[in-house]
Amino acid sequence: MAFVTASWNPLGDAFYRKSELYEMSWSLKDGLRDSLVAAAPYGGPIAVLKEPQRRSPSSRPHLDIYSASGQTLASFTWKSGVVLQLGWSVSDELLCVQEDGTVLIYDLFGSFKRHFSMGQEITHDQVVQARVFHSPFGTGVAVVTASARFTLATNIDDLKLRRLPEVPGLQGAPSSWAILTQERQTKVLLSIGPELYVLDHTSCTAVYPPGLSPDSGSILQMCVSFSYKYLALFTESGLVWTGTSSLQEKFSEVDTKMRSAPKQMVWCRRPRAQQPSVVLMWERLLLVAGQCGDTIQFPLDQVSVLVPELDGIRVLGGFHQELLQEVPLVSQEIFKIASMSPGALLLEAHREYEKQSQRADEYLREIKEQSVLSEAVAQCVEAAAHEWDCTTQKALLRAASFGKCFLSDFSPESFVSICRELRVLNAVRESTVGIPLTHTQFKQMTVQVLIDRLVHRRLYPLAMEICRYLKIPEFQGVSRVLRHWASCKVQQTDLSDEAVARVVCAKVGDTPGVSYSHIAAKAYESGRPELAIKLLEFEARSGEQVPLLLKMKRSHLALSKAVESGDTDLVFTVVTFLKNEMNRGDFFMTLRNQPLALSLYRQFCRVQESQTLKDLLNQDDDHEGLGNFYVASAFKEQRLEGRVAALQNAVDEFNKAKNDFNAKATEEEMKLLRFQKKLDEEKGAGLQGMSLQDTMETLLNLGLHKQAEQLYRDFRVPDKRFWWLKLRALAEKQDWDELDKFSRSKKSPIGYLPFVDVCVKNHNQHEAKKYLLRVSPEQRVQACLLLGDLEGAADAAIERRNEGELGAVLNRCPASNRQLMERLQRATAKK
Amino acid sequence: MAAAFRRDAPPQPDFSLLKRLARDQLIFLLEQLPGKKDLFIDADLMSPLDRIANVSTLKQHEVDKLYKVEHKAVVSSADQLCFLIRPRIQTVKWICDLVKSDKAVGRVRRYKIIFTPQKFFACEAILEEHGAFGDVSCDQWDFHLLPVDDDIISLELPEFFTDTFLAGDQRWVRTVGSALHLLHSLFGPFSKVYGIGRIAKMVYESFRIQLQTEETRTRGDAQIGNVFIIDRDVDLVTPLCSQVVYEGLVDDIFRIKCGCVEFSPDVTSSEKSVKVMLNSQDKVFNEIRNEHFSNVFGFLSQKARTLQTAYDRRRGMDIKQMKTFVSEELKGLKQEHRLLSLHIGASEAMMKRKTKQDFQEMLRTEHSLLEGFEIRECINFIEEHINRQVSVLESLRLLCLLSLTENGLLPKDLRSLKAQYLQSYGFEHLLTFSSLRTLGLIQEQQTTETLSAVETRVRLTAGRLTEAFSSLAKKSNFRALSRRLNLVPKSEDYDLRVPKDMSYVFSGAYVPLSCRLIEQVLDREGWSGLEEVTRLLNRHEFSVTGSTSGSEGSSGLTSGAGSGLGSTSSPGFGPDSQRRVLVLFLGGCTFSEIAALRFLARERGYRITTVTTAITNSSRLLESLVQNKV
Repeated sequence: MAFVTASWNPLGDAFYRKSELYEMSWSLKDGLRDSLVAAAPYGGPIAVLKEPQRRSPSSRPHLDIYSASGQTLASFTWKSGVVLQLGWSVSDELLCVQEDGTVLIYDLFGSFKRHFSMGQEITHDQVVQARVFHSPFGTGVAVVTASARFTLATNIDDLKLRRLPEVPGLQGAPSSWAILTQERQTKVLLSIGPELYVLDHTSCTAVYPPGLSPDSGSILQMCVSFSYKYLALFTESGLVWTGTSSLQEKFSEVDTKMRSAPKQMVWCRRPRAQQPSVVLMWERLLLVAGQCGDTIQFPLDQVSVLVPELDGIRVLGGFHQELLQEVPLVSQEIFKIASMSPGALLLEAHREYEKQSQRADEYLREIKEQSVLSEAVAQCVEAAAHEWDCTTQKALLRAASFGKCFLSDFSPESFVSICRELRVLNAVRESTVGIPLTHTQFKQMTVQVLIDRLVHRRLYPLAMEICRYLKIPEFQGVSRVLRHWASCKVQQTDLSDEAVARVVCAKVGDTPGVSYSHIAAKAYESGRPELAIKLLEFEARSGEQVPLLLKMKRSHLALSKAVESGDTDLVFTVVTFLKNEMNRGDFFMTLRNQPLALSLYRQFCRVQESQTLKDLLNQDDDHEGLGNFYVASAFKEQRLEGRVAALQNAVDEFNKAKNDFNAKATEEEMKLLRFQKKLDEEKGAGLQGMSLQDTMETLLNLGLHKQAEQLYRDFRVPDKRFWWLKLRALAEKQDWDELDKFSRSKKSPIGYLPFVDVCVKNHNQHEAKKYLLRVSPEQRVQACLLLGDLEGAADAAIERRNEGELGAVLNRCPASNRQLMERLQRATAKK
Repeated sequence: MAAAFRRDAPPQPDFSLLKRLARDQLIFLLEQLPGKKDLFIDADLMSPLDRIANVSTLKQHEVDKLYKVEHKAVVSSADQLCFLIRPRIQTVKWICDLVKSDKAVGRVRRYKIIFTPQKFFACEAILEEHGAFGDVSCDQWDFHLLPVDDDIISLELPEFFTDTFLAGDQRWVRTVGSALHLLHSLFGPFSKVYGIGRIAKMVYESFRIQLQTEETRTRGDAQIGNVFIIDRDVDLVTPLCSQVVYEGLVDDIFRIKCGCVEFSPDVTSSEKSVKVMLNSQDKVFNEIRNEHFSNVFGFLSQKARTLQTAYDRRRGMDIKQMKTFVSEELKGLKQEHRLLSLHIGASEAMMKRKTKQDFQEMLRTEHSLLEGFEIRECINFIEEHINRQVSVLESLRLLCLLSLTENGLLPKDLRSLKAQYLQSYGFEHLLTFSSLRTLGLIQEQQTTETLSAVETRVRLTAGRLTEAFSSLAKKSNFRALSRRLNLVPKSEDYDLRVPKDMSYVFSGAYVPLSCRLIEQVLDREGWSGLEEVTRLLNRHEFSVTGSTSGSEGSSGLTSGAGSGLGSTSSPGFGPDSQRRVLVLFLGGCTFSEIAALRFLARERGYRITTVTTAITNSSRLLESLVQNKV
């Protein structure tokens, strides 16, 4: 590690370093010669299509997919048309753009997912060049045809093809072009000879890079930075012009002294770069052209491809892969030769300390005197994050940890989080995993996306470990991984349904956030309904099972699950679904087996569809229910005939139900209705709809005693009731003579106390007294009291020697009537 | 005795939080429809809403005019209409018609329906069917629980009883489950849940599922330890008895709505009727609410005397003392004076009604029925009651009591009583009787022969199996239960001034079955030793320990006694929480039961909070059945 700076090359006042990432584990015979290569940014996978131009069916090109370290992920023979361009989407899908404008999409493991076409005209015209690009909207594809027309698709997941306007004077492909994303619009920047044009959805405008010397000749190559903010142009005369992509500002112009067009030209910069540069690649030369005008030259010994990254460039060759980047400022400060920055001193101090030398203290004192210790620690921590080599990382972190000991109020958070993150990064950088992420890239891409990437690569155990190690909340971490894992597992056709279900259940258990219904849906999609049902069994929330079951046409199961869930809304949803799905008979039969659903539906019908309710009852042979149904509907009938007809139906049903009482009662009601109608017509008594008792009462009040008596006989009204009725009716009418006659008509079945009562209530003491004598001895006391005849009551009570009655009289006796009171008390005492 | 709780009884949890939650959500929903709007409110939501948000709060959130939903044409001229309704199909249909008629005349308005406490798929289906789904936006106001007093929380769902027990429609089960879940998350975790009844089980199950799926954490310290869930149809006798404690009587006679009563002019002895809030804030009421009626007058007159002395202190005061008296005490005294005169008026009105011969006789009959004594005389009394058309509901009430306590009526008696009832009150009650039979309120006594006949029928129609079973299960075993649980005290003279058990709420004649069950289960911490009782109640009891930690309780219900789950001695359940008990009545409870539970709480040092789907009494219970379908 003493030679950290060995690989550094000065460029202006900054340094560039080129460090090896991997020795590629693939074995390519001819390196990358004659191959189409696409490598995804952020250390993504690499696709290599060898000899893409071969068309004969006997020798087809071969497509291989590798991890960034060269581990084979997939390999197959290309059987479709001629591929012009390969590219990766943001979700790790491989896009293959064919000559005929068809775009085929494969997943990481080489299984075909889908395809789309860039348009009818293009199939006819043939594509000559294509680009795959990333925009804020997702992954896009741009093609240019032999007839010099551009077509864009800004998001392949939401395909909208846009054919751009014609470019005047352009024949075939332009000499160079690039995609720009500005103001949420995707444009094409292209050059024809020395002229530069911006092509957007509506027009083609000529633009002029500020400060580009007019004699610099044709523009042969151009490139846009990772962020779409900067533009670089390479001209015939070997000049590299750099500026903003909006063409408002020029940064510099560097003479490369090369006349031929480079094979590839890319931006190499990092966030907060001191000295951004453009990297150009020729057959045997790699040239870094800094804005200051300086250049660095590296010889190239193999065919390579430049992969632009957020903070540098990956140089991918047949045997090695290197990272070329500007050395971060903090690393410069620490490792620069003879640097006196606090971080450098601290590193030195720690080194001396490890050697057990007292100079450690001297260094420390120096830092402390300048009181920059906390800055020193921070520098070491930050620099560690940017190092690739584990030993260097450790040295820096140890130094930081050492410095921290002398600080009392240093917050350990940054230290701890960098340690954790480095551990994760080192794990994914491992050649077996092959994701060469820098710390800057990792921060930009977030851990969630990293986990997604690992999941796409089916590195489930590693993903789980990382989730647990970084303590990511279960819902976003472990559960998400398990969900993907299970969805992938159910598509494995080499295992039996039984085995898959078992394995899934064993792994997933009851992890929160993993829904079995979701997994089951996946299983159903991949054509394994039996497995789907098995998996649904594990779903704890029965409500979740219902929608899928309905989709799978397992209506009975869906209904019983809905009932199980106890969610009546869900039950009702299923019921409505079934109602439309099944024929009526089957529907009713299904309901019959589910009482809860049945009663729910019945309630609904009661309000909404009374006819259906009747059918339901019919289906059940519920005659009693039908009888009740007809009775209820009778009350809705205004006309007598309708009402009687409905009641007749009810009688029939009650008879079928062997409910004699209801049948008879209903028949009597019909009889009563007819009787009321007759009387209403004859006498206008207004009896319709009254109860029997009210009818009789009304009749008595109207003086229609004969008719009342007729009802009394016809309907076998109990004697008592009729006596009560007549008694009250007569008393209310104050028809005392008639009452007297009535009382003598035969022996009263209700006794004579009620006679006394009604008379008193109608304020006729005189009449009341007439009945007093006929009151039975048991009720005499009460009768006397009703009359207010205390003496009489007392006599009767004393005679009967009934304690309770004596008490009752005594209670009512006013204190003034001392004589009576004494008499009563004596009688009570005697007992 | 009125408010004298044992000193070691833990304080009541603060339920006013529930009101705040409901109010905040309502305001949020109202603001979803910005701008002036007219608000239509379901009639039965008026009083509960009043407890949550008053008119000025509504006005603050741009409610312009308030209307009651009356299923008539609308006169509102507002451009935005908001409907605050119960999820009932009829109401939704009415709104559909309104939307249609607006469309017909080319009126453009915005409509919003706020369903409370829950929106049902059936309602939305109606909107869809009538093509109004796109025009109306729907929302849900999770207003589950209304604290009507310090220790009473009502769900204000009177239809729960008929929907659940009569129509077998279990859509409210989930609602109650959610309410329980809310209480759990605010005042839990519950350490023990006991319950009895088929619906109670379902409610608990729904609660448990919600607990599992929604990852809400409770607020650490358990405020309520024990929960008891009971189905109304476990004890139908109690709500059918005439109430004789003051609060119950006020409810029976004047009808308390959401803790508020309207006293008619004959009580207030003035021109107008007066609305009074009846809760623990009313000092006079708070002291007499649980008293047997016979004590109330004595108490009131004593109160009047103390009040007089307080007033009399004015004499002989100097100016300064007078000033403090006027500023500090007089207002309180006046307030108390006003309340006192109201309650005296109310008591007088009750007295007039209740000391009548008829009432006394009726009470005597009721007591005989409960004791199972002189049944023939009781039947005669009921017959006479029917013949004289005293009251539709009262006659029915006595009939039900007779059938329930006697475990069904002899076929002959039943036929004759039913026939007489129909003659007196009209043929439509044929349907009422059918409903009563389904609920098991009026039954035919079943001989062994008929039983087996039912069984064969069960086998024949397998489809209606559960229904047939439930009608079998409806058999009331009141007499045997009464003996086992000693519901009818033996003692002859009962001093109502110094009650010695819960039976005082029924003049010492009967301990409410529901309350006795609660007492026994709390005493025994489970159902052990009550096997015979639960057998008589058709075995739907359960008790679960540590229901709080979702996974622990996941193995579900354990039927039977004492087989709890998890550990009882989990930390966080202090003795205070153990003594706070939540009793949940499914299908309503009466003020008498609440009074009995208050008595129980005082005796044992518990804090009992009653949660009920609605406050009920005999007339409400029977009205809901009589009105049904007719």
